[in-house]
Amino acid sequence: MLSPAQVAEQYFLESRHQLLEIAAYLDRYDAAVARTQSTNGQLAGAERKLEVIRRALVIVAEKAPGRERTVALLELFATV
Amino acid sequence: MQIIQPHYHAIARTAQDYERMAMSGVVAVAEPAFWAGFDRLYPETFIDYFRQISEFEPTRAAQYGIRHFCWVAVNPKEAENPVLTREVLTRFPEFFAKPTVLGVGETGLHKSTKNEIESLQAHVDLAMKHGQLVLIHTPHLADKAHGTKTVLEVLAGMDVDPQRIWIDHVEEQTIKPCLDAGYWAGFTLYPITKCSPKRAVDMLEKYGRERILVNSSADWGPSDPFTLQECILEFRRRGHSLQDAIEVFHNNPCRFLGQNPKFDIQPIRIESAEVAHA
Repeated sequence: MLSPAQVAEQYFLESRHQLLEIAAYLDRYDAAVARTQSTNGQLAGAERKLEVIRRALVIVAEKAPGRERTVALLELFATV
Repeated sequence: MQIIQPHYHAIARTAQDYERMAMSGVVAVAEPAFWAGFDRLYPETFIDYFRQISEFEPTRAAQYGIRHFCWVAVNPKEAENPVLTREVLTRFPEFFAKPTVLGVGETGLHKSTKNEIESLQAHVDLAMKHGQLVLIHTPHLADKAHGTKTVLEVLAGMDVDPQRIWIDHVEEQTIKPCLDAGYWAGFTLYPITKCSPKRAVDMLEKYGRERILVNSSADWGPSDPFTLQECILEFRRRGHSLQDAIEVFHNNPCRFLGQNPKFDIQPIRIESAEVAHA
């Protein structure tokens, strides 16, 4: 089993990559909203999905969660 | 679709990569001189490496119908040996005369040290004196913003033609100043550590395709030449036309690399034909 330092080191770049992809996804959404004239109804559906992602990011960022973050996220995504 | 892979370290890859690239539409690759994974000690080591990429590698690529071009440089990571750098630089002109050498690259910065900056200046100066194209590597990860700013400052103090200089490995935080200064900018697609295919398409949508080159580098580290095709698929999936894809992934390399007449592949324009239905 890996030490805490080994875990932090071994998966840092992969985690950095995954977070950049999420950031790009949210930027892509903002850019699409800015260049299109979607109806409120269309945006409402998209916004619900985006709100789940934003709530997931809050869970991911918790330093001392009461339970595993993955379990909390899977339960959250089950609501979409 | 015909594709040009403008930054590809072929000697680190297998023939199977050439075969698969050929099957996916790649018609040409350009191989910048690269770091070997360790610091080389002798000028002769570089000379043999330059011979490998300018003489032997084109024959290997040709077996799969792919044109192979290359660049010569002392890698920024090896610039801490200025005596070696100066000695290797004196040998560049004989390679400039070879039929597939397009210019000087990849030079650039790694840790932005004094020796690296002096090496970059010497590379660019030599290239400009000999009418060569230049490919500049910018640092990865934490050093990228500072290193790219330093590259731009160094170039601003020199007599250069920005249209003949390609600054590579740009990302969201470095693309704008490179384009604003008139240089070509390159997106390098890696599975983890550089730009991703989706982020590259995001930047194409934001900044347009003018003076943009997309490549997958593909060296001896964790990398994948087919991130380029993944990027083309992502570009097309978002509704961009085939001609637009050709402009980015074939014609832009023709436009930049074709400034050196040795690169004689011409831009492609698709003609739509009327189909007569009986």
